[in-house]
Amino acid sequence: MSQSKLGLKINGKDYTLDADPNMPVLWAIRDLLGLTGTKYGCGAGLCGACTIHVDGEPARACLTSLKQVQGKQVTTIEGLAADGLKQAWRDNNVPQCGYCQAGQLMSAAALLSQYPQPNDAQIEEAMVGNLCRCGTYTRIKAAIKQASGKAERVDSTMEVEA
Amino acid sequence: MSQFSAVQNFSRRDVLKLFGAAGGGLALGASGLAWSPMALAQNGEARLNLFIAIGEDDKVYLTCHRSEMGQGIRTGIPQVLADELGADWDKVVVVQGLADKRYGSQNTDGSRSIRKGFDKMREMGAMARTMLEQAAAERLKVPVSELSTANNEVTHSASGRSLSFGELALAAAKLPLPEASGLKLKSAKAYTHIGKGHTIVDMEAILDGSAEYGYDIQLENMLYASIVRPPVLGSKVAKLDDKAARAVAGVVDVITLPGHQGAPSFQPLGGVAVLATNSWSAAQGRKALKITWSDSPNDGHDSSAYLAQLKQAVQKPGKAVRQQGEQSQSWPADKTIEAVYSVPYLAHAMMEPPAAAASVTDKGAEIWASTQTPQSAQGTVAAALGLKAEQVTVHVTLLGGGFGRKSKPDFCVEAALLSQKSGRPVKVCWSREDELQNGYLHAISAQYFKARVGDKAVEAILQRTGFPSISSTFAEGVDEPSASELDLGFVDVPLAIDSLRCESVKASAHTRIGWMRSVCNIQHGFGIGVFVDELASKRGLDTFTMWRELLGKDRLETFSDQQFNYGNYGETLERHPVDTARYKGVISAVEQKVKQMAKPEAGQGWGFAAHRSFTAYVAAASLVEVTQDKQLKVLKTVIAIDAGTLVNPDRVASQLEGAVMFGLSIALMGRISFKDGRVEQSNFHDYPLLRLSQCPEIETILVPSMAPPAGVGEPGVPPIAPSIVNAIFAASGMRIRDLPLSDHFKI
Repeated sequence: MSQSKLGLKINGKDYTLDADPNMPVLWAIRDLLGLTGTKYGCGAGLCGACTIHVDGEPARACLTSLKQVQGKQVTTIEGLAADGLKQAWRDNNVPQCGYCQAGQLMSAAALLSQYPQPNDAQIEEAMVGNLCRCGTYTRIKAAIKQASGKAERVDSTMEVEA
Repeated sequence: MSQFSAVQNFSRRDVLKLFGAAGGGLALGASGLAWSPMALAQNGEARLNLFIAIGEDDKVYLTCHRSEMGQGIRTGIPQVLADELGADWDKVVVVQGLADKRYGSQNTDGSRSIRKGFDKMREMGAMARTMLEQAAAERLKVPVSELSTANNEVTHSASGRSLSFGELALAAAKLPLPEASGLKLKSAKAYTHIGKGHTIVDMEAILDGSAEYGYDIQLENMLYASIVRPPVLGSKVAKLDDKAARAVAGVVDVITLPGHQGAPSFQPLGGVAVLATNSWSAAQGRKALKITWSDSPNDGHDSSAYLAQLKQAVQKPGKAVRQQGEQSQSWPADKTIEAVYSVPYLAHAMMEPPAAAASVTDKGAEIWASTQTPQSAQGTVAAALGLKAEQVTVHVTLLGGGFGRKSKPDFCVEAALLSQKSGRPVKVCWSREDELQNGYLHAISAQYFKARVGDKAVEAILQRTGFPSISSTFAEGVDEPSASELDLGFVDVPLAIDSLRCESVKASAHTRIGWMRSVCNIQHGFGIGVFVDELASKRGLDTFTMWRELLGKDRLETFSDQQFNYGNYGETLERHPVDTARYKGVISAVEQKVKQMAKPEAGQGWGFAAHRSFTAYVAAASLVEVTQDKQLKVLKTVIAIDAGTLVNPDRVASQLEGAVMFGLSIALMGRISFKDGRVEQSNFHDYPLLRLSQCPEIETILVPSMAPPAGVGEPGVPPIAPSIVNAIFAASGMRIRDLPLSDHFKI
């Protein structure tokens, strides 16, 4: 439980935090840095609402400790560029309440980064961990298909103020 | 103090800043707020007010007084206002209304925001447009009858002159409010925003992560609270050891909250709160608490034993709640079929658990919450703190789903009490475990159906329902369903048969029972939906035809002389009749679509159900596959709605898609169970929700209608579960009567 000075790189910006190294990234970025776009849904890696990218790979922020991201690049929804994906989200009017959508977008962006033209099985595998209670799955799938094949650096980050 | 900004939640003072100092602007409404005394003086008695303001910059500020939880109301209400106003959609800014009784009810449930608000919002828009036109007529010195309004401009086409709303706003604000009775409303053909699929107004904020929910509120000097609530309803903190919790880094205080008195209602459940400088420390502190709970009368509650008893109870005579024709005394064995259906307790499981922040000072209280019901949050918080309602300001954030859970403001009261006790702003965020284990559950239920089936028709039906009533949450000792719950899909199915008897049976409550999306229509739609399919088998008909036969000739059913008064979701039967022709309209729409599709392969089958709720008519057909090793897969669902006039057809379609998935979660895997008075589930591993990989292809059909707008958010849910169960029967011959299907199949 000891507090330590920890250096973090989030959305291309450097931060220093005085925090417990075991604290999940989710609570550090939300409560200590004010980056509330990453959402809590279960705290157990079961719903995907808190999905972020760590060095470009999708990770659940509720199960990832500050210690684990030392020296790594963290990207949150606030720093996600992915213009083509976001345009597909707009075109399909995907969100309902919107709460899970940051996690959905982060997972979808990571999928397209790995497979620029994913097939149905790849979409299902990448998105199965992201719950949506409102029921936007059919539109998520349609939006990913629309965005697929359109080259873009989805792992790139925009600098944002926390 | 608040960093709250993403949701445009302007206070009155903010609006004054916008218009007052700048010296321009107009605020119109039936009983205006402070900056428009003329409006107030003109129409002091009106309730729905102040929805429209216009800046000198030509921006149109439209107030949404109801809560956004994914149904699209922050887009829908402004669309209706903007239509009659003649506004340019690109200039619209949506303002979220605070809790204020002058809006009328703000309780965003019952699928009624558009149903109840449509006419009033049009009136507000027309009232504002009339004043702008009057101001233009005076400015241009032409008769008002020669003016037309569109796209934020009033135009005199004869002289080719136009004035923008921004130019007219100040003069228009000084005019008397026109009488509602003299307003000229557009014909449906002239709608410019109603009926259009406008993109949701919060899209960009959702895409860039700035959309702000109750969970996201951050106030200066704020503490984060995590609360352990009693595991059994009615138990209290008997002994507390908080030494270890207080030693956790970041923990500031540990506060015991009193339990509820009498019926739980909207009171907090009590328990122990750990207050810390961040959520993680609060959660760590909470884990370190050692609490002994007192005994409760509900300690023995075991939901599987309870359900077994309930299933017995519905097979014995109950209280008559509807009698059509003579009660049947004849049930010959060869002509009679019987069935008992059950649905377990269900939890809302909206993605954002309940969350509220409160700042209580000697001046009053300020609440920020993802609440469906700002006014009862205001009233309940005021009562708990000993304040007057007007001393409590309630800001409504975006809601990360609601489904009825956030119509109960207990979590707002928790935040307020903790802020009062700690002297600092406090945010209470429920964990997923809290949400599942301390919620207001959808009632566990059993139903019994019996029918006498003749060669040419179903001659008699006897049906019974039993479930713990929502009323038990609000009054101690209630042990039977209320009439308003029976109106939800049990007594109001317009069956044209000679003898129909509906009965209810007693059922005691052992946990907080609450509303959940479509409420009792969940179990009642399931019961009738499956039983009609069973009748179809007995009669040798397809299920579409069976429904049409049971509904009988086209008519408006009034249930007169059937020994009950039908509530009809608070609507008159004149405005929202029970119309068997519209019922059959959605049935035929789905039937046609299904018949165009390829025939099911071996091991596959279509199932069908229909249900009217919240004055909308919905029919749904699902195609499932059942393999030899009992793997169930839902392949397709076709769903049709007749909800009258649609404000935003795209949002109606999205609500139907969502309802299919909500219904599938219920059918396939939804169950909260109790052992020793405690909920057995704790998170999404044992209370699973439908995932993308389990989602079928969905086709939505919006049946065109000029009827008044009906409900949309809830009516899609009830026919889904029976459509799946009936499809399983068609695919495999297995007749399932108890949910969830995960008890019977791999899903």
